[in-house]
Amino acid sequence: MIINIKYDIISTTIQIRNNVKFLLKILKDFPAYLWSGWGAIASIFLFLAFWDFGNQVYGDLVLPSPLVTFQTLTTMLLDENVWLEINTTLYRASVGFGVSLLLGSALGLVAGFFATASMMSRPIVTILVGMPPIAWIVLAMIWFGMGDETVIFTVIIASFPIIFVGALQGTRTLDGDLKEMAESFKLPWHMKFFDVYFPHIFSYVFPAWVSGLGMAWKIVIMAELLATSNGMGASLAVARSQLDTPTALALVVVMIGSLMFIEYIILEPIKREVELWRS
Amino acid sequence: MEKLEVKNLNHHFGFTEILRDINFTLNKGEVLSIVGPSGGGKTTLMHLCADLLDVEEGSVTNTFTSSSFAFQEGRLLPWKNVIDNIALGLLAKGESKHEAIQKSQEIALRFGLEEEDFEKFPKDLSGGMKQRVSFARALVVKPSLLFLDEPFSALDIGLKKELQGILIDMISKKEISILFITHDLMEAIRLSDEILLLKADPGHIVKRFSYELTQNQRDDKYVYGESAKILQDEEIIDTFELELK
Repeated sequence: MIINIKYDIISTTIQIRNNVKFLLKILKDFPAYLWSGWGAIASIFLFLAFWDFGNQVYGDLVLPSPLVTFQTLTTMLLDENVWLEINTTLYRASVGFGVSLLLGSALGLVAGFFATASMMSRPIVTILVGMPPIAWIVLAMIWFGMGDETVIFTVIIASFPIIFVGALQGTRTLDGDLKEMAESFKLPWHMKFFDVYFPHIFSYVFPAWVSGLGMAWKIVIMAELLATSNGMGASLAVARSQLDTPTALALVVVMIGSLMFIEYIILEPIKREVELWRS
Repeated sequence: MEKLEVKNLNHHFGFTEILRDINFTLNKGEVLSIVGPSGGGKTTLMHLCADLLDVEEGSVTNTFTSSSFAFQEGRLLPWKNVIDNIALGLLAKGESKHEAIQKSQEIALRFGLEEEDFEKFPKDLSGGMKQRVSFARALVVKPSLLFLDEPFSALDIGLKKELQGILIDMISKKEISILFITHDLMEAIRLSDEILLLKADPGHIVKRFSYELTQNQRDDKYVYGESAKILQDEEIIDTFELELK
């Protein structure tokens, strides 16, 4: 027994050491990854050019030029109050996303292990996915009033099914042949988990996290716009009522910019390393 | 004395009878082949022997100290490179990572893999290379009993001979015992001390053939000769439905 525990501790240390090595590899490959981003930058500049062209055709009220937008953005970012709004939104999005990440992954994994549970969860997932988020917002406003809870609830309910389905698929599609192979070599439980099950499940769950995050970020703005008096969504509502198009566009730039940062600077490099083995 | 003993073994999947009254003994240092057409219950029988399926009726007694399995399709972990795949069995036995890697590299070279392949993932390997890795993974743990589930069936003739050569070498040194499943009679004759003919619906043993000559003395002429003989056997013709209709 004691020997077993000791052995488990040793292999866990090895596992941790491997993870650190993995992290270092991600960082090492990072500059090369950034360098590959020139194409993306070129396409962004092309997009800016079209945007400016649109401004020249339709005028400042309908579509302010990129220059004016970015000037507004700079003044905005120098204002402390704007940062407060951004923080509020970030808080709501991360709490909501965090809850659905934990809940969705855990429940999805469990449901995946039981045929009955996965069968029963299907129609529920269909309902959750099919129900328009705007309807959830209305319901949440009735249930929770105007405030944090409404927004967080909507974020959870919108991103949960995506993550749940990812985790469910991950466990459902575990390869029976590989399980048998693991049996035949009498792998101990921690090796079965880390070497056989986890990489497979993770390859399903991780992309689901990424799309769940994108969904959370979109929904948080929408819910704020309708249901709260603070946060970036609310600022957007104010900009709309004052016909302040440059501010509205500057807010959109912040939203898109932060999403792009998370997706391309944080998640994509991880995904590349994690999925190296995929064809 | 280590041995695998199967007595009065029956097996069902639901109401379908898969195996009926199977009896045989595999002693240490011997090679026992089970031949028969596809779908005849060969794989089920092997899984019962390897403890991958629970025995329902009859008994399977395995006193071999260690065993490993080489599957028909490599069954490599797609997220592990060649060396880590080979080392899997060693790590499961509790060997240190360093030692496991070293042993795996040695056996990989012996099985015709090259150093530049070590870091490759299975998706970048050809079918033959995958099977080399699978074989290396099964043999690196130095099993006293090896289960072979048609591992040669998808290989070209050169690689087949090469891998069989390695096995024959180990057999003649009495290092290993093998339970071998195949539908290829020539393969069975080249490697086995005893061949059991398994007829389908339900799987039952209809005939046994024994070969005395040691494996490393069996040349092509012997194998072809014995194959020709066995192919005229009535039970073989009947079981494999070789008759022209």
